[in-house]
Amino acid sequence: MRMKRVMAGAAALTFATGMGAVQAAEFDGVTVNVITQTGAIQEPLQRRAPDFEKMTGAKINVIAVPFSDLYQKVLTDWASGTNSVDVAVFAPQWMVDYIAGGYLEDLTPRVDADPNIQQDDVGAFFRDFSEKYNGKVYMITLDGDFHMMYYRKDLLEEAGLEVPTTWDEYLAVAKALHGKDMNGDGTPDFGSCIGKKRNAQSYWFVTDVVGSMTQSKGTSQGAFFNTADMTPLVDNEAFRKALDFLKASTEYGPPDELNLDVSDTRPLFASGRCALNLDWGDVGTISIDPENSKVIGKWGAAIMPGSKQVLDWDSGKLVDCDANTCPYAIDGVNHAPFAAFGGWGGGINAAADDKVKDAAYAFLSYMTQPAQSNQDVTIGITGFNPYRTSQLSFSDLWKDAGMSEAEAENYLGAINASMSSPNMILDLRIPQNQRYQQVVLDEAISRFLAGEIDADATVAAVANGWEELTDEIGRDEQLEIYRATIGAN
Amino acid sequence: MTASATTASDTAPRPGLAERFDRHAGRLMVLPAVVVILCFALFPLIISAYLSLTRFALAPGGFTLKYVGNFNYKKLLFGSQQYHLLGTFKAFGVVGWVLVAAMAALILFLLGRYFMSGRATIFGTIGRLITSSLAMGLTVLVVATIVAGGVPGTMVTTLIYVGVGVAAQFLLGLGIAMLCAQAIRGRNFFRVLFFVPLMVTPVGIAYTFRMLADIQKGPFAPLLQSLGVTQWSWATDAWSARLMVLVGDTWQWTPFMFIVLLAAIENQPRDQVEAARIDGANGIQIFRDITWPAIAPVAATIVLIRLIEAFKIIDLPNVLTGGGPGLATESMTLHSFIAWRTQDLGGSAAVGYMLLFVSTIVCVSFFNFMVRPARRLES
Repeated sequence: MRMKRVMAGAAALTFATGMGAVQAAEFDGVTVNVITQTGAIQEPLQRRAPDFEKMTGAKINVIAVPFSDLYQKVLTDWASGTNSVDVAVFAPQWMVDYIAGGYLEDLTPRVDADPNIQQDDVGAFFRDFSEKYNGKVYMITLDGDFHMMYYRKDLLEEAGLEVPTTWDEYLAVAKALHGKDMNGDGTPDFGSCIGKKRNAQSYWFVTDVVGSMTQSKGTSQGAFFNTADMTPLVDNEAFRKALDFLKASTEYGPPDELNLDVSDTRPLFASGRCALNLDWGDVGTISIDPENSKVIGKWGAAIMPGSKQVLDWDSGKLVDCDANTCPYAIDGVNHAPFAAFGGWGGGINAAADDKVKDAAYAFLSYMTQPAQSNQDVTIGITGFNPYRTSQLSFSDLWKDAGMSEAEAENYLGAINASMSSPNMILDLRIPQNQRYQQVVLDEAISRFLAGEIDADATVAAVANGWEELTDEIGRDEQLEIYRATIGAN
Repeated sequence: MTASATTASDTAPRPGLAERFDRHAGRLMVLPAVVVILCFALFPLIISAYLSLTRFALAPGGFTLKYVGNFNYKKLLFGSQQYHLLGTFKAFGVVGWVLVAAMAALILFLLGRYFMSGRATIFGTIGRLITSSLAMGLTVLVVATIVAGGVPGTMVTTLIYVGVGVAAQFLLGLGIAMLCAQAIRGRNFFRVLFFVPLMVTPVGIAYTFRMLADIQKGPFAPLLQSLGVTQWSWATDAWSARLMVLVGDTWQWTPFMFIVLLAAIENQPRDQVEAARIDGANGIQIFRDITWPAIAPVAATIVLIRLIEAFKIIDLPNVLTGGGPGLATESMTLHSFIAWRTQDLGGSAAVGYMLLFVSTIVCVSFFNFMVRPARRLES
């Protein structure tokens, strides 16, 4: 099935307008080095590179490194002046650091002059936030990223349970289904699967839970810091409740959940071993892959659970939702879907030769054009999720990918609900956000889940660690950038 | 004096190019190696020392390094990162005090014996005081974290990898070498077989062990499930996670010990072994009085090489557990690496220098107090 789709894509490419005739052989002899993470994301770039080469003559050399090394590899290459990397396909979060060094090319004029990219079709969040910094475009979005909840529809129906809408309900469902044989192999399976490995993606899932209690008044309120003085929103009841949730959900997870990242939990869900799962959009496309999925027709996706209580920033206490405290609540539940990571995209090295920049832009443009991206977002192994408006409704695109209309409505509906939420959480995009999240937060959560420290010590570790970083980097500068990135008034 | 020297230089014929080359041949031959070492070892060492005293920041067109003095070291040893490098301490219990007192007594005994021997020198005394201080400091650290119920930091975790790992690899390597030195059928096959792990890249070994140790899908999963082990995982317990890292490290490095010790055992004096057998000596006596003295210098040297290497462990904990659960399996090299990849270059360099400091003292002490005596034992 996947092969057929790839072949169909290649055939479609032959007839593609825009690039083919105009730019054929335009880049003969030009080599573009593209760096990204190993595995997903690398796959579509690598697979489509030969077709692009045939069309334009440019040689695309894809270099892949583990996700945890990617940020520093790109930074080292550009900051040291080595400049062996012409294009980086990376996280929008890192853009602020790369721009601070002046390493990223301003793509605004190129995007404005490129009708084939169909920029109007790109989701507003990605077009206006992920791709831009200070009003300029530095990145071409290739992937849409939102955290969602996945569930086993069949198991919930069988047990007479509703789809969880709050974190408390999530735990109740996980507890009720944990230990049942969910895929008929005779072994007990798990109520909840969340990637909690250190130095992987676990810190994003913490924000899913905390954010639904710290941010209730819209995106510009922010979920990480107090926008008045950059105090971390950590030493409060919301963060402590999120820690309780993480610990409790571990009881209903696989025994080695603390050593699982999303590349482990995805196959677990697809093989029918998890009743509930938190992840990006990838799980949906993996779950419809007949080669790897045992849950075809049995799964569903929903907006991330929320909370009926939210944080009063002044007192640090949780208060009940009402029209004033939770203006965007749905049925009394405050949802704050998290645009974790913000979607992979490609940026160009400002120090590259002009001809290389042209070829690099042409490649990124080619990758994001609907002829290519419409297929890639339906294939699980690409790591690309829908980000164009036209990809977010049921069409032949999804039908050909093997998704039923009901599944597509459910899956795309969850993405739409997340993307259109006025209370969406924007990921942290202040300078050195890696140290705030991937070092301080990730390490403290890992120590808490491993039992090294208790909840109070975890709160202190995160709060003090973030304060120390803010003071080290510069409180006023960080506050100004934080407020600007979330659009705070 | 001056006059005669002038006269001599006036009268002596100037040496030819070939003669001058001959005279400096030794230095010229060494020069390329010295240049390479200067470029690739000393230069980075000096630069990283400077980095450890700075704070890195990105700036338009490049980066800046702001001098911050010993801030990065203070942070690691006494500040907000103390728990990470040294650990979280707890008050000593009775066992802790006994261990610390025992170590203090041992150090005092050894120092006293040295001073009483009449062979004490200034450099010898300084060296012994440095070694004693580090040994005492590390003992207090281990007692305050592991024995007293605190949480070990990356320094103690690294010491566990070094101490337990190298000891296990040495004992296993020696045992296998003793077996393969016997006249058994197919021993050449076993020699090659035991040597294979050493030729595999460490990252490959780490991924192999990650797959082998996967309790959901790994080859031992059915066995564990048949034994009723479905709700336990090595990866969530600090000590079992460290043990898994040690198992992988031991699997890789035992062959190194094995192959070198095998060569040493096969070179031991055969006539002495045969004479001892004729005199009725048993295996233990032969090993103690003939084999061990013969292989001791080699054994001490390879342990030293492994010590140096073991301090740098990173691949296995990084791939197997990412340093988790918590800080349980994070070595100092991984600690430094994680700081480096998130732009904290100063902090990363400071951790690197702490590692250099500890490993240098341990290895130099081992050389002076173990390798040298072993060589004397042979002679």
